[in-house]
Amino acid sequence: MVLSGALRVTEAGARVYRRTWRASVISTFLNPVLFLLAMGVGLGSLVDEGGGGADLGIPYLTFLAPGLLAATAMQTGAGDASYPVMAGIKWRKTYHAALATPLDVRSLVIGHIGWVTIRLVFVTVVYAAIMTAFGATSVLEGLASVLPGVLTGVAFAAVVTAYTARLERETGLAALFRFGIVPLFLFSGTFFPVSQLPDTIEWFAFVTPLWHGVSLCRSFALGIDPRVAPWISIAYLIFWVALGTWLSIRLFRRRLVL
Amino acid sequence: MSYLVEATGLVKRFGDFTAVDGVDFGVRPGEAFGFLGPNGAGKSSTMRMIGAVSPVTEGELTVLGRDPAVDGPAIRARLGVVPQEDNLDEELSIYENLVIYGRYFGLPRKVIDPRIDELLDFAQLEERRHSRVEPLSGGMKRRLTIARGLINQPELLLLDEPTTGLDPQARHLLWDRLYRLKQQGVTLIITTHYMDEAEQLCDRLVIMDKGKIAAEGSPRELIDRYSSREVLELRFEVGGQDSYLEELESLASRIEALPDRVLLYTDDADETAAAVHAAGIEPEYTVSRRSTLEDVFLRLTGRRLID
Repeated sequence: MVLSGALRVTEAGARVYRRTWRASVISTFLNPVLFLLAMGVGLGSLVDEGGGGADLGIPYLTFLAPGLLAATAMQTGAGDASYPVMAGIKWRKTYHAALATPLDVRSLVIGHIGWVTIRLVFVTVVYAAIMTAFGATSVLEGLASVLPGVLTGVAFAAVVTAYTARLERETGLAALFRFGIVPLFLFSGTFFPVSQLPDTIEWFAFVTPLWHGVSLCRSFALGIDPRVAPWISIAYLIFWVALGTWLSIRLFRRRLVL
Repeated sequence: MSYLVEATGLVKRFGDFTAVDGVDFGVRPGEAFGFLGPNGAGKSSTMRMIGAVSPVTEGELTVLGRDPAVDGPAIRARLGVVPQEDNLDEELSIYENLVIYGRYFGLPRKVIDPRIDELLDFAQLEERRHSRVEPLSGGMKRRLTIARGLINQPELLLLDEPTTGLDPQARHLLWDRLYRLKQQGVTLIITTHYMDEAEQLCDRLVIMDKGKIAAEGSPRELIDRYSSREVLELRFEVGGQDSYLEELESLASRIEALPDRVLLYTDDADETAAAVHAAGIEPEYTVSRRSTLEDVFLRLTGRRLID
């Protein structure tokens, strides 16, 4: 019952996307191209020439690409769980409309996260294809990072959905990106190994879900031995998915079932 | 007689605030039942409990023979809901809004599509089928919200302030559509703070004020019980009415002094107007009319419906 309801919510997400895909498709294709060009190729040539490549043991572009895939998944997951959720709760109130039907809060939350998961598959596969086209990885290496990338994105989608469910105003969303997502993007091992950071900050990086996502993507794609066993990172990300989903259901209920 | 919706001692509290304070009512199959009252009377809270989206704090509530606390989804599957605010997805087309809603009810596409044709015809939106919702007029959005509420062919349609904010033409069109639904046998529950709407649409209604039910009956019964047959309205020049009140009181069975006019409750307004004239009282302006539910509300609460 909950699951069939969730599927209908996921289906609605797809139907809405059919109308609104244009805006997101540009960023889906353009962002990886721009980032891989600027950072991977442009900055990468400096890194490789300056001896950084020897430290990494691989070209910088190859080092960067799988990590950036995880970071992009995070941004997509967080993005789809923020403004659209606020619209459902507050601006358009489409969640209120959905709850007047046989659907319940659990279906609504799980179906929403389900739709974001499908979006993430699309975004990461496109990313992997572009990464391959840049010659950063082989096709198989690129595809190997899709699954951990999606898991990373879902973990953020679940937690950010719960966060958004508590917000009264959208300023909280801007703050989330400014003080949460952007720092994670920069300091979770995407652009450089966190071992370059001071020890205390390095430990902080291990707690962030993005570090585990980056580590997984890199080890799955490049076969690099991760600093934390992959099963621990996978379990950790699944823990965030479960926690975020559970919290979202609780907070949706508090917000929408009055 | 069996009730489609039955409430006994129904209470809704939000923290310390009591929105609905122990109300009893029963809605019969096929009738149009109204909740009339000013804003904040507890109408919408009652409506949301009937819609099985808001948990009952205290008391008993049965909707379509079931308990909303236990059978929420089963009840909602057989209800149509038209909320006070049009919560349509404005980015999507009329058609897409209806398809998504139909799918929420688990209806297959081959059931939904012909139903959408009927509903667009009913709501007079056929030509706008593929238009985005956002630029539509208030009346069109309202009709779409009603059409959406009918996608599951509900036995019971809940309408929360269906015509608030609409212009008179749009209101009359909507009333006509609701009247047709009633003729098709759909039971309607309507909240409103417009007494003319309640008189037009409702077979039976309760007057709500401050979370309680002040009176119950058909519009006619309520007027007979709580008001006179007719009303004479007198308007005086600014500040002029106070000196006449005592004298006017002797000319009618009851008077009500509002800030801008005096209402005289009487069985024959023209006769009373003649008596006022004969007494040498010269108001600037007089109106004779029949009693309305507004007069009933004024009598029961001492306040007007819309301030």
